[in-house]
Amino acid sequence: MKKIRIGSGAGYAGDRLKPALDLIEKGDLDYICFEGLAERTIALAQQAKKVNPDLGYNELLLYRMEKVLPLAHRHRTKVITNMGAANPVAACREIAKLATSLGLQDLKIAAVTGDDCTAIISDYWDSPILETGDPLGTLAERIVSANAYLGSEGIVEALKNGADIVVTGRVADPSLFLAPMLFEFGWDDTQLDKMGTGTLVGHLLECAGQVTGGYFADPGKKEVPDLWNLGFPYVEIAENGEGYISKLTAAGGMVTPATCTEQLLYEIHDPKHYITPDCVADFSKVTFIQSAKDQVRFAGATAQAATSTFKVSVGYSDGFIGEGEISYGGANCYQRALLAQQVVEKRLAQFPHRFSDLRTELIGVNALLERPLGAAEPNEVRLRVAAKTTLREHALLLANEVETLYTNGPAGGGGASKKVSEVLAIASILIPKSAIRINIQYLNV
Amino acid sequence: MKLWDIAHARTGDKGNISNISLIAYEARDYELIREKVTAESVKEWFGPQIKGAVQRFEIPQLNALNFVMYEALAGGVTRSTALDKHGKTLGAYLLEMPIE
Repeated sequence: MKKIRIGSGAGYAGDRLKPALDLIEKGDLDYICFEGLAERTIALAQQAKKVNPDLGYNELLLYRMEKVLPLAHRHRTKVITNMGAANPVAACREIAKLATSLGLQDLKIAAVTGDDCTAIISDYWDSPILETGDPLGTLAERIVSANAYLGSEGIVEALKNGADIVVTGRVADPSLFLAPMLFEFGWDDTQLDKMGTGTLVGHLLECAGQVTGGYFADPGKKEVPDLWNLGFPYVEIAENGEGYISKLTAAGGMVTPATCTEQLLYEIHDPKHYITPDCVADFSKVTFIQSAKDQVRFAGATAQAATSTFKVSVGYSDGFIGEGEISYGGANCYQRALLAQQVVEKRLAQFPHRFSDLRTELIGVNALLERPLGAAEPNEVRLRVAAKTTLREHALLLANEVETLYTNGPAGGGGASKKVSEVLAIASILIPKSAIRINIQYLNV
Repeated sequence: MKLWDIAHARTGDKGNISNISLIAYEARDYELIREKVTAESVKEWFGPQIKGAVQRFEIPQLNALNFVMYEALAGGVTRSTALDKHGKTLGAYLLEMPIE
């Protein structure tokens, strides 16, 4: 029976590269997928493209491809990535140039577009924002981008047309991995067990090291061998949907039912209804069996038919965040930090403008979880103050108000830092699939 | 005994919603966590952190529960002023819950 191997090359845009290179070299892969497009990254990329129409793809894309392309070419591994971000076409052009300069030949590179729906977003002012229920039109003046989460369809077509490298913009993470299974095995969306299984494979692989022992270790309880050398996962799957997930023997980390179960439920709400553009996956009956060391067989996934809508991520300007921090240590540091906190709060209250979502908290005491202050006496503690503002200069004033504690606050404040960031927030709406047209462009090297 | 002794957890985020999986190491402890760690007890445990409802899903064959916590992330990763905007650290706080 036909089998393929799909590897995971990145779980987010800035991920480590070496584990991906090791997988291509020693994993006998047919495909490797690089997921590198967080929810708001594409909104930032759209802004970059507005400034320079040749930009807007992931800034680490060429750094990765310079190392990946020669290996993938030698081992006949096809590459799929959403790191085209806001500009898959420009990304393909740059990859083609890079391939040529590396002396590679016989490569077909595809750019899948159609996810950008900024131009038609004004048709949907009445659509409710999924996060708040307000009509999208309430954000009209502040919108900077709108991108639909596409499914596997465009990638499958590119593979059918012989693409070796497929670069997309916004595509749902599991769909990047599902596409090669649909193409290689001829599965279609009426085969619901297969759609569910392929989506399960995508979901397990999409965060790379998070299923091989990353984001897992807890000393004394969950020991992960050689975490420093954490390897990335691959799946071997057969045409009938049977398969397993594993990693390279030489790499650090581990693959067990426990690592797989944590990743299965990661960012999932109702396991019976995991909505993707390709199907509504049902993971509620999934089982994991350890079939060998660092090898786990999966079964039991299924799906319901896909919905008739795409989810669209709408990026909008939401003001600025100003942040300031300063540390206190040694004798009575906790009381000095509490005094510093009161001082800043009083000074901020003197400003004529409003700071919203104001937080004054003590790192090491109550910054990660909202809870009452206890009778702590830590060795050191760091005051953190943050709030949102409409104007950049107000955010800077807030950040500065913490720095002034050096000479205007309690004794012995040190290591002050300040930061102002622009907030590009995300709202989601649903639009009919019929409103989107997928395009594919090819380049040959 | 606390949950950490018998179960592990992973936290994820979607917008302003946080989800925490709670997985018993041993099948024999699954019934205990299913009985004691309810949507209500999780909501109470986190106190002011979670402004909305808590929903629980059961995945018995994996000895796992999944808690979905609404309005738990001060607006969510793209707009929150929190230090841990994803709420990635929340799962470990759940594991501090005492259980007998």
